[in-house]
Amino acid sequence: MSDDSSNGRDQILSSLRRSRGRDGPVDEATAETLRARIAGHKRNIVPARTDTDHAGLVDLFETMAQKVFATTTRVSDMADVPDAVADYLRGANLPSEVVMAPDTDLDAAPWAENSLLEIRRGVPDEPDQVSITSAPSAVAETGTLAMYSGPAHPSTLNFVPETHVVVLPASRVVKSYEDVFDAVRELAADPDSGRGGLPPRTVNFVTGPSRSGDIEQTLLLGAHGPRRLHIVIVEDGADNG
Amino acid sequence: MTVHSTSRNFKNNARDQLANEDLQAALNKARGHFVDGRATARDNLPEFDDLRDQARDIKDHTLEHLDFYLEAYEEKVRESGGHVHWARTAADAQRIVLDICRSVDAKQVNKGKSMIGEEIEINKALEADGIRPIETDLGEYIIQLRGELPSHIIAPAVHLTKAQVETSFRENHTELDPDRVLEEPLSLLDEARTILRKKYFEAEVGITGANLLIAETGSSIIVTNEGNGDLSQLIPKVHIVLASLEKIVPTLEDAATILRVLARSATGQEFSSYTTLSTGPKREEDPDGPEQYHVVLLDNGRTDMLGTEFEEMLRCIRCGACMNHCPVYQSVGGHAYGWVYPGPMGSVLSPGLIGVDEAGHLPNASTFCGRCEEVCPMHIPLPKMMRHWREREFESHLSPGSARVGLGVWAFFARRPRLYQMATGLQMRMLSWMGRKRGRLSSLPLAKGWTKYRELPAPQGRTFQSRWKSGERA
Repeated sequence: MSDDSSNGRDQILSSLRRSRGRDGPVDEATAETLRARIAGHKRNIVPARTDTDHAGLVDLFETMAQKVFATTTRVSDMADVPDAVADYLRGANLPSEVVMAPDTDLDAAPWAENSLLEIRRGVPDEPDQVSITSAPSAVAETGTLAMYSGPAHPSTLNFVPETHVVVLPASRVVKSYEDVFDAVRELAADPDSGRGGLPPRTVNFVTGPSRSGDIEQTLLLGAHGPRRLHIVIVEDGADNG
Repeated sequence: MTVHSTSRNFKNNARDQLANEDLQAALNKARGHFVDGRATARDNLPEFDDLRDQARDIKDHTLEHLDFYLEAYEEKVRESGGHVHWARTAADAQRIVLDICRSVDAKQVNKGKSMIGEEIEINKALEADGIRPIETDLGEYIIQLRGELPSHIIAPAVHLTKAQVETSFRENHTELDPDRVLEEPLSLLDEARTILRKKYFEAEVGITGANLLIAETGSSIIVTNEGNGDLSQLIPKVHIVLASLEKIVPTLEDAATILRVLARSATGQEFSSYTTLSTGPKREEDPDGPEQYHVVLLDNGRTDMLGTEFEEMLRCIRCGACMNHCPVYQSVGGHAYGWVYPGPMGSVLSPGLIGVDEAGHLPNASTFCGRCEEVCPMHIPLPKMMRHWREREFESHLSPGSARVGLGVWAFFARRPRLYQMATGLQMRMLSWMGRKRGRLSSLPLAKGWTKYRELPAPQGRTFQSRWKSGERA
């Protein structure tokens, strides 16, 4: 790619510097302070609504997610997940063919024992109606799921099918977006993650199903992304420990 | 690049829009929706006002060191395998986008909603190059069919009734059964969804905007409700981000603070459905995502606003709260403003970007009620800046002769207090006498603009100053 914008770059930077009464970059002491500000990534105000114990956070997450039209069920064990998913699909009159993330976290559930579900693992195609993924994190503050792109989780699974079912171990509920950022930084830095210091290409914060108010401000669900977001919360005993 | 604006005709535009029944019906429906939503969201978050203060401080800090943060950001984008292109003007930005599209032989470009895309008229440029731009945001899709500009920065089709949308769909989707039922908003949405669904898989390039850029990680963030922006950037092999350079913040934590006030101020949601961080192209082992990631950083007049009395405008996060609460916008709609950015934020930004000679009418389209500043999550002093533009307009002799003469006459009296009091006293007695029968005046010389639409209550016969002097202070 030819980059003919180096001229534009110089012009913009010198114009920015002129407006600050400088004819070059910030001085080294200032640069050091600014680099430290980035590296320190200090938290600003985080709403106090999440000042509660972990069971309280899971409740808050569930309430907030329901407020934005997600549906939820709770099961006590990964063993119960396939039946819970099949029940949901049948109850909502949805097809039982699903495309599932190639995520080893999901292998903990005995999918083969439920004969109703027809499962394919991988990237969704346009006709796929239902996707199943896990979520590495969920934010109690606003009922928001956080999902990272990677071999285990194609991001298109979060958007292409009409129905998105998310299997969420309760232990993964955190307070705020800032907790997710810390997790992403840890993942990037972890040599075992194979991410070479980089965050995932795409981090999706998902709060409820897709919606639009573009026609006379009428709230409609399912504009382009999923019409339905169903979250199966797995009480994995984190609150006892 | 020629700017296509009708801002010079604001007065005529506004008159037409006041008489446009469809527009007035649509505005009536929307009114209150955004205002109540924001009020509820604010009440549900005790920290809301403190977050606004912090959000303002973050932007002020960033603007103070914008060159440093942009260079830091660029470095991170490069490390993650992406490209940053610096565009001094709208024409530069167009050329950069076209070069990228040509390099992959693009026939179709899918677009998430982007106000920068509107500002640089990227659709026109693509079409002129034989590339089909497809708007995928429902509102943008509707106005693209109609060949219109957005009338609101977050609700592009807020000026339309559902009946108008139905007409446009019937005119354009001619391959569908003409007898289909299409009255309800849901049936309109379903039709658009079905049509766009196929198109998501056809494009070679996806263009989105950016709500924020993060210097720490080299990420761009988009905030949407429909999911169209995500489908537009995940499926095509090239993702181009159009962003103006003031979108940058230092860290993810800083972004979180701004995100907490953004959706609440915009639609009254606690958080929008989709907040997406994108960093570089897909990694080698990723099963989906774009192979190329480009960011076009647009200046287009913004650096010239830095260090001036208009600098604070660059804190704007494009939530639309100012126009949702503006009595002028709510009466005339967004198209009257004649260019991309309507309402109070447009009245301040547009003269900065396209010139006060082009957009000088806009800062005059204000009642100075102050609601815009009151609800602005970034505490932008919009009324004050509109006054600054008025001063500049006056100084460069752009305001009309009658206004200049009128102001000159007023200034003559205002500098001579005794004469001023005599003249106003005489005026009050005269107006009171003229309106003695009905207590109201239905026509007045030099004030037809006022009395054409309403009557002027007749004064009681004395001026405020004379009543104050005589002790009426209760």
